[in-house]
Amino acid sequence: MTWWMWILAALAALLAGGWLFRFVAQKITGNRPYFRDMPFAVAFGYVLAASALALAVWYYFQPVMTEAGTPDAGVTFFRWALHGFVIFALAAWLFRLAGRHVGTGGSRKLFRDMSLTAAFGVLVILLYAFTAIFAAWLAPYGQEAVFDQVNALPGGDAANGGNPDHLLGTDQIGRDLLSRLIYGAQNTVGIAFATTCIAFLLGGSLGFLAATLQGWFDNILSRAVDVLMAIPSLIFALLLMTIASAWAGSQQWLLTVYMVFIIAVIDSTRVFRLARAVGMNIVVMDYIEAAKLRGEGLGYLIFREILPNATAPLLAEFGLRFCFVFLTIAALSFLGVGIQPPLADWGTMVRDLAQFINFAAFSPLTAALPIMAAGAIALLTVAVNFVVDWMLQRSSGLKE
Amino acid sequence: MTEAQEQTPLVRIRDLKIEGRADETWMPIINGVDLDLHRGEVLGLIGESGAGKSTLGLAAMGYTRDGVRISGGSVEFDGIDLLSASAATKRALLGKRIAYVAQSAAASFNPAHRLIDQHVEAPVQHGVMSRSDSVEDGIELYRRLRLPNPEEIGFRYPHQVSGGQLQRAMTAMAMSCRPDLIIFDEPTTALDVTTQIEVLAAIRDIVDQFGTAAIYITHDLAVVAQMADRIKVLLRGDEVEEAETREMLDHPREDYTKSLWAVREFRRPQKPDAAPGAVPVIEVDKVTAAYGDTTVLRDVSFKIHEGRTVAVVGESGSGKSTAARCITGLLPPARGKVLLDGEELPPDYRKRSKMQLRQVQMIYQMADTALNPRKSIAEIIGRPVEFYMGLRGREKRRRVDELLDQIELPGDEFRHRLPSELSGGQKQRVGIARALAAEPRFIICDEVTSALDQLVAEGILKLLARLQDELHLSYMFITHDLATVRSIADWVVVMKEGRVVEQGPKDEMFRPPHHAYTDLLLSSVPEMDPDWLTNLLAERGVDNIGDAAADKMQ
Repeated sequence: MTWWMWILAALAALLAGGWLFRFVAQKITGNRPYFRDMPFAVAFGYVLAASALALAVWYYFQPVMTEAGTPDAGVTFFRWALHGFVIFALAAWLFRLAGRHVGTGGSRKLFRDMSLTAAFGVLVILLYAFTAIFAAWLAPYGQEAVFDQVNALPGGDAANGGNPDHLLGTDQIGRDLLSRLIYGAQNTVGIAFATTCIAFLLGGSLGFLAATLQGWFDNILSRAVDVLMAIPSLIFALLLMTIASAWAGSQQWLLTVYMVFIIAVIDSTRVFRLARAVGMNIVVMDYIEAAKLRGEGLGYLIFREILPNATAPLLAEFGLRFCFVFLTIAALSFLGVGIQPPLADWGTMVRDLAQFINFAAFSPLTAALPIMAAGAIALLTVAVNFVVDWMLQRSSGLKE
Repeated sequence: MTEAQEQTPLVRIRDLKIEGRADETWMPIINGVDLDLHRGEVLGLIGESGAGKSTLGLAAMGYTRDGVRISGGSVEFDGIDLLSASAATKRALLGKRIAYVAQSAAASFNPAHRLIDQHVEAPVQHGVMSRSDSVEDGIELYRRLRLPNPEEIGFRYPHQVSGGQLQRAMTAMAMSCRPDLIIFDEPTTALDVTTQIEVLAAIRDIVDQFGTAAIYITHDLAVVAQMADRIKVLLRGDEVEEAETREMLDHPREDYTKSLWAVREFRRPQKPDAAPGAVPVIEVDKVTAAYGDTTVLRDVSFKIHEGRTVAVVGESGSGKSTAARCITGLLPPARGKVLLDGEELPPDYRKRSKMQLRQVQMIYQMADTALNPRKSIAEIIGRPVEFYMGLRGREKRRRVDELLDQIELPGDEFRHRLPSELSGGQKQRVGIARALAAEPRFIICDEVTSALDQLVAEGILKLLARLQDELHLSYMFITHDLATVRSIADWVVVMKEGRVVEQGPKDEMFRPPHHAYTDLLLSSVPEMDPDWLTNLLAERGVDNIGDAAADKMQ
């Protein structure tokens, strides 16, 4: 049997299983409405999910060492991932439980209608914020400190080439990786946050202005934005960064400032579009007409009448935009034109440590190094998206 | 049909309880209502908004909206228990034996498909007839519902057909499988009077011809009087009373029903004409206005004197609201001028002074969109006080309380609420207070009562009348509801296609003879007499009522 025949057979088994599951459930429960009116697709989904779960459990209990005596990287990583998942889910659940019983009436109500994913997101964001703010106290060493032992392996076990002073080991020029990971939160997240704020200030105010004034002002701005959006953003950013690095010369910090503004401008085009669309919907409301007829000025219209009604979609977009900016910065840093050394940055760390992934077959712990920096990026992105989903659901009043 | 079958009702609802989810708890919507509907019978369900009419109508189909559940009681359709029936059983009933006609046909048709394609869907799906038979049948139904060009109207898209025609096409669609029961959920509420009368006549006819049972949901008593054999009155999920139509109209038993009946009796005597030579507060002088190339107002002139109410009536599209936009300066007229106290106003509102803007205020139809949902009542009313009068701090607060007092809302309770925490009538009152805060001489009321229940609307009209007497305000009342005109106007302006066809004092306008169009508008307003539609049809013939007659006048 070839591989595609296996797939077909598995699919057929799942389909049959779905039908059987529904049939048996109907018989056992005596035709309960839930099973009686269950579409086949739903029954299939249940069986598929159950099979996937069974497969995961089976894989989890596979031996960590292969018969040849080498570590099985797949099982090891899967176990770590599952442990992480369970720990985070538990932490989120406890966090939500705490939130429901501690705090003011308003905050307790907030936690009561919070989904577990949202609680996870909020928890992770709070942890990142804490790490970023107190990086200097949390990190064992400075981000620029160079030590004698280069390429110390993680684990802190001297017998395995590690160093008990450096839990996660050191990089190729001897800097403590744990410290750099912690400082990375400050640099990467802080710069991304500042960039997103600038993008929103620029795109948001211009978008509302275009929605309110309309006519030629709106036309010129919108076409300009169209032109900017026509160029693929990462390539455009790279192009501008190349020019900027010529301007910055040897002033490395200046390059970072340029990068913040370049990404802010590119991302503000998306914000502009959203703000303009949301604004357009609000501008046609009768209360705006009433304010115009009262003789109110542009500032009052935008900041007192339109903005309060646009905060929900804008806030949701802020979360998403933040993720994209963050990923763009990481990507640029990975390519070497983003945040410049000696500042620690997750994107750069992924690039510098990338070759360690090749050691997965011998030492999964070493291979985990680049994954840790990448995972820090992924975790925050996921967390922010969970929170954004939750906020969107709240603002739109959607119910399950 | 055997004797026994004749006696069991088609729809049998017993002690039905329905709950809706709001703010983490289940709130009762219907608390134990019984309902019997026999074959070929039309039952009218009336009540204010929030009374549970639509929820009950949908429950008769065994259906609830999202976030709503049936918590008790039973619903039987022709002996089938709809609450415990399987999805497959219900699927076979809905569309085939039970059909539903929604309030807004425009929102209920899929804009991407032709009418006839949507019409044939149910018969073909249910295997009632083949596609070609169903198309033919559809054309026949269009003819019976007196749609123009029945042969080809089905091949148009929904946006190519007018609102009244769409509503009739939807009725035809509901009829496509010859159901035993049709539920009409306010089918004429969104239509003009002249269109409404055509739809009413068509629906009544076709229900009669096929002996279909129907539940007719509406908040308009006069409409239900024409349509229903029996009427059931609902109030906040409870049945108030049920009786034969004539019995109900002549001898309502409960106080609530009586109060509903009495609403239409609010009358204000017409004020004497202004002294000759008096300068009108607002004078519209030969105004012609256009949106782009489309001219929507042609040579419109009328005057509004101090302390008087001028009602501007006409169908949608007749230019009533455009006239208001010209007065406020949102749409600068192409020709002609608008005078305030004899002085010409700049055509564009941006060129007007703060004092001029202050004098002309507006109250909107939809209080929901007229109040900023993110601002508290005190902020909404306080802004014009601060903006025009320059009051701040304690003085501003005192003035806001004074205004809240004038609109009969206690300040302590309402000051810090958001618009979403108010009822429809209370929102409209806040809209009035915002207009009053500017201390204007002239207020435009754009359909201010048409989105409200009759009892609430009457409260608003009385409030406006009282304020007029106290503050010597002048009103321009835009409306298509002639009952409102009758109760509050001093002077009536009738508009059609951007022209003033007739104007005069109220008492004269409601007495013949007058312009044929005015006559048509007046005669199209349903009256509480259950024979009204029958008599009118007998008197004029089907082709001489509503839009058909209006079209002939050109």
